[in-house]
Amino acid sequence: MPISGSEIVKMLPGRKPCKECGFPTCFAFAMKLASGGTTVDKCPYLSEEVKARLVDLLAPPIKLVTIGAGENAVKVGNEEVIYRHEKTFVHSPGIALLISDREDDAKIEEKIKKIQELQFPWVSVNLKADLLAPYYGSGNKNRFLALVKKIYDSTNLGMVLISEDMDALFAARDICADRHPLLYPITKENVDEAILKIKANLTPVGLRGDSIEELVPLTTKLKDSGIEELVLNPGSKNLLEAIRDQTFIRRAALKHGFRPLGYPTIAFPCFMSQDGLKEILLASAYIPKWAGIIVLSDFDQYSLLPLLVQRLNIYTDPRFPMAVEEKYYEVGEPDEYSPVLVTSNWALTYFLVSSAVEATKIPAYVCVKDAEGLGVLSAWAAGKFSGDSIGTFIKKCGVADKVKHRKLVIPGKVARIKGELEDALNLEWEIIVGPKETTGIGAFLPGFAKQLKG
Amino acid sequence: MEYKAPVEAYAGVVREVIIGEGRKSLKIGGENILPLHFFDQGSNANPARFALEVLDMEPQDWPEHLIEPFKDVISEPIKWAKKCQDFAVDAVSLYLVGTDPAGKDTPADKAAALVKEIAEAIDVPLIVYGSGDENKDAEVLPKVAETCNGMNLLIGPVLKENYEVVGRAILEHGHTAIAQTPLDINLLKELNVKLSKFFPSDRIVIDPLSSALGYGMEYSFSLMERVKQIGVITKDNMAMMPIIANLGDECWKTKQAKESKEQGLLWEGITALSLLLAGANILVLRHPVALSLVKETIGVQ
Repeated sequence: MPISGSEIVKMLPGRKPCKECGFPTCFAFAMKLASGGTTVDKCPYLSEEVKARLVDLLAPPIKLVTIGAGENAVKVGNEEVIYRHEKTFVHSPGIALLISDREDDAKIEEKIKKIQELQFPWVSVNLKADLLAPYYGSGNKNRFLALVKKIYDSTNLGMVLISEDMDALFAARDICADRHPLLYPITKENVDEAILKIKANLTPVGLRGDSIEELVPLTTKLKDSGIEELVLNPGSKNLLEAIRDQTFIRRAALKHGFRPLGYPTIAFPCFMSQDGLKEILLASAYIPKWAGIIVLSDFDQYSLLPLLVQRLNIYTDPRFPMAVEEKYYEVGEPDEYSPVLVTSNWALTYFLVSSAVEATKIPAYVCVKDAEGLGVLSAWAAGKFSGDSIGTFIKKCGVADKVKHRKLVIPGKVARIKGELEDALNLEWEIIVGPKETTGIGAFLPGFAKQLKG
Repeated sequence: MEYKAPVEAYAGVVREVIIGEGRKSLKIGGENILPLHFFDQGSNANPARFALEVLDMEPQDWPEHLIEPFKDVISEPIKWAKKCQDFAVDAVSLYLVGTDPAGKDTPADKAAALVKEIAEAIDVPLIVYGSGDENKDAEVLPKVAETCNGMNLLIGPVLKENYEVVGRAILEHGHTAIAQTPLDINLLKELNVKLSKFFPSDRIVIDPLSSALGYGMEYSFSLMERVKQIGVITKDNMAMMPIIANLGDECWKTKQAKESKEQGLLWEGITALSLLLAGANILVLRHPVALSLVKETIGVQ
């Protein structure tokens, strides 16, 4: 529930058009404030009290929290919608790997290595997990601190520090405070004791309650003490509770402007399931259901990749189609007799075509024409996949130097551009009308490739 | 500030659709809450339903780890369908891929005879998907409807290109229809409007297409979320049908699902759970382990 310009203007001095804020009138200034284009401090005539109230009213309904530092910083929160189709989700959840100090040294070593090595190129992005979560479970404080130090020294990753023992928690914080770690858990039992220590070296704080109700006085108390980078765990024990708690927190913050719950959340599938695959499935429910941080007990290539792909999917902006770069792509190791196919650059189109080609095990060149991220038929209808423009692209993309033949396969759905494209390529290429659907590539390509070799 | 749980209540109710006949019948939909929102006001008349998929011919490109649970019956669709019942399915879905004119091109009467045999052999309702070729389906699906007269199969895809001929046969012989449109809310409503002119709305299940994780899942996810919301929240009559997520085929086509067993299970499991959270009322999967993982994660026994 963002505040409107006309509500803000009532709180401004308004009497004199002083223009000291740089705007012609208080109303213009108010409108700009509402849209986030300027800041309250530009007006010199506001009382401290009004100023503070305005700052509060103008703050995003879900606080932005940064964990980690530099290029590995994870930013969560500052979301604007409940459902992605309303606009888009913005800050995708940080995926954290739990490392207990009770695990043996070899396992700890393996996990630290794993989180840095497991990276997956996917379309135009690189997918990876984000955070390490050292967990104090050994009862040996020095062992825990050594673990934190080891992570601090050997990686650049942000951390979620987990310890029920406050002394260990703050000692760990002091090792890596410049890395902006999340301190967890602060609860109703330890909050009073913790506040001064948190403020001594301010970093984000993770709160744990047995319910949402229990979190409300905690966030209020911390905010009043000037601690505002908070992350919430409402104590959900299973999937159904998780959906309830996440939904209530999101609704309270976004629909009801309820400030005490206007913070990102943290989820612990690692403590909710003993079964590796079920833990990943639980985590996958938290991704569309708005978790800010998701802590996993362990992962491997087969479990991390699907979760990261899901996160990418859900956090893709639905207002802009995902597009791939315009160029020719090699599927397998094509040679001068390999087929040449052309398609549009909607990521999904490219994906379907290239995986259908790959499935035939016939190496080929897939030429991807920039069509502003549209599928083949929409692109054609919008004039972005015309014979002329494809002709220009084929000439300049360099695929002609790669093959001896001159046969170009176009999608069956745009068979009508055949003549135009032949003309655009000065009749040097023979245009072959391919299958209408990517599912037809399996039946089409083997025979066609044989002809080229023949 | 006082916290009060932001509970919501909605005006729309998803139609309750019954598939199968007599003791085999199964209710789908009927809810007036969003998926798994048991904390809101309203009720979830029926839980999400799960089906396993069977093909009418031996699968050509399935990875070893997908065939494994059915390896002894994979070339015998009737036994395969019966074996699905070992995995606590609510229904079996038969995909008539063999009728595809670009493939084996099985004739309509042969396909219909197989459908009938399978429907009779199992104790749960049968879902039947044609090959998706709009012209061939217009021969095959009416024949299936006629041969299985009165068995109330869930038959699709009914497309905008063939809804009259396929829809009328489904209606005449007492079955339920899957209205399928390609990932577009307006096309979806348009087909429902056209179909509803002669077809009862409470015998339609909608299939907005289920793309696999990494291959457009977000489109299916957001479309199902929207359809469910305009049905339940804004009470749009043409969106108040239960949703089917037929996702097995799309998931197991991917290179990632084929790569390894665990990755395949998660590929299918995450796609299924995501679409369930978006609003699917009945989900069709291929791997029985993926199916039970999803059910256990939700907490359904």
